[in-house]
Amino acid sequence: MLNVYDILETIRMIQDECLDIRTITMGISLLDCIDTDIDRACEKVYEKIVSRAERLVPVGQQIEKEYGIPIINKRISVTPIAMLCGACPNQNPVKFAQALQRAADTCGVNFIGGYSALVHKGFSAGDMALIQSIPEALDVTQNICSSVNIGSTKSGINMDAVKLMGQIVKQSAERTADRDCIGPAKLVVFCNAVEDNPFMAGAFHGVGEPDCEIHVGVSGPGVVRSALAKYPDASINELADIIKKTAFKITRMGQLVGSCASKELGVPFGIVDLSLAPTPAIGDSVAHILEEMGLEMCGTHGTTACLAMLNDAVKKGGVMASSTVGGLSGAFIPVSEDAGMIDATIAGVLSLEKLEAMTAVCSVGLDMIVVPGDITPETISAIIADEAAIGMVNSKTTAVRLIPAIGKKEGEMLEFGGLLGSGPVMPVREKSSAKFINRGGRIPAPMQSLKN
Amino acid sequence: MRAVITVIGKDNVGILHKVSGICAEYNANVLEVTQSVLQDMFAMIMLADITEMSGDFSALVDRMDSLGKELNLSIHTMHEDIFNSMHSI
Repeated sequence: MLNVYDILETIRMIQDECLDIRTITMGISLLDCIDTDIDRACEKVYEKIVSRAERLVPVGQQIEKEYGIPIINKRISVTPIAMLCGACPNQNPVKFAQALQRAADTCGVNFIGGYSALVHKGFSAGDMALIQSIPEALDVTQNICSSVNIGSTKSGINMDAVKLMGQIVKQSAERTADRDCIGPAKLVVFCNAVEDNPFMAGAFHGVGEPDCEIHVGVSGPGVVRSALAKYPDASINELADIIKKTAFKITRMGQLVGSCASKELGVPFGIVDLSLAPTPAIGDSVAHILEEMGLEMCGTHGTTACLAMLNDAVKKGGVMASSTVGGLSGAFIPVSEDAGMIDATIAGVLSLEKLEAMTAVCSVGLDMIVVPGDITPETISAIIADEAAIGMVNSKTTAVRLIPAIGKKEGEMLEFGGLLGSGPVMPVREKSSAKFINRGGRIPAPMQSLKN
Repeated sequence: MRAVITVIGKDNVGILHKVSGICAEYNANVLEVTQSVLQDMFAMIMLADITEMSGDFSALVDRMDSLGKELNLSIHTMHEDIFNSMHSI
């Protein structure tokens, strides 16, 4: 039974508190496009994506209109392209990136993710070629996202891949220095990557997934902050309950949109990713939720505890609301995409070290962090290794998306615009980690018992 | 299938008439109306049956949006499922 209060609450959430569906992402398997002739493979890739996803954008727009809920992005994730590269070695994998870009243009989607390689235990035939082509691929395309999985709890951390990714991130920034170093903003290095993630830049369509499916990523930090603001004197467990109830409502909306899209497109429904994904817009910040809980500024002492509670409560509320929860699910903390995080970084309150601690208790990792342009590839690799170690030991997904700001130093900014926002350059330690990184090899998988 | 139409803004003559007129145009049967006027602010929620409606639901949404702009009111036209799924288990 509808009641007036519920109707007005939903409208207020959408209109004033930035509630939206962040993305409908169609996962498409490209395993049937493998071919020894790269040109033929590219043609199959283009045809398959367009045949599956040509109605994705119009259907998304129709749902937006019917339910009055904004769907910010329509995206596609595909099988890691390195698997296709394996069949046609010695050819330039950038051709695949260009085919994906053509498909993105035809379908009108915002991003295609899956220019990816999974190398947590070692490199197979196409992996090395694909990874080395990432800087060029991200330079010559606009809407293609790339990710590389370099570690997992079951297999340890591939330190050769970690070393390589430090160089790739730096090269990618250098190649796009004239465009605010946008290249590495589309590149994520994962530990324990998930196969059904609808969020960019780390989305790819895992080999265990069906041929084609629909995922939904919800958002809504503004709604959670407003809900907490109504209870300034509540205890922490009362706050946790309020967050759970709010997350339930947000996720129900995601579930509704996902099942509608799945029905309209005739494609199975994959998962709802119940993440609190911020945008640079005012009132859409995860940092502001933490501040609403009682921190003067995000990044100060207590931030990790507040974030741990928030992340857990979001999951508890969301799980009840959806039949299939998956992806990354939790709170995201991308610095350049969150107005509160940007302010806290400029004020010098939020540091790289604090962010690293925060990633141990929340959804992903060191995300959209701008570092000085003169950072060495080995230091980038060492930051990746630290973050991967947190993910590996704690059996969770962690990721690194660093953007070296070529030609800029601490105190300056990079402006990406749109959802990617703008990021102040954060200082990094100047002492070298080069000897450690240059050793190569693998960090063995951790013990899964005797946990302390 | 029902649509929920909410209208919020400064009160003036004929709001209900114009909104329900558009519903009639699309053969959407008005089932329930609740409205209040506090000082000069007008707030109305209308429930309309769209099972037998003529034309597209999105055309009705567009029509209501343009009426909202014309009268300087905030008008939302949404399928009832969004409220049902968000507020009930």
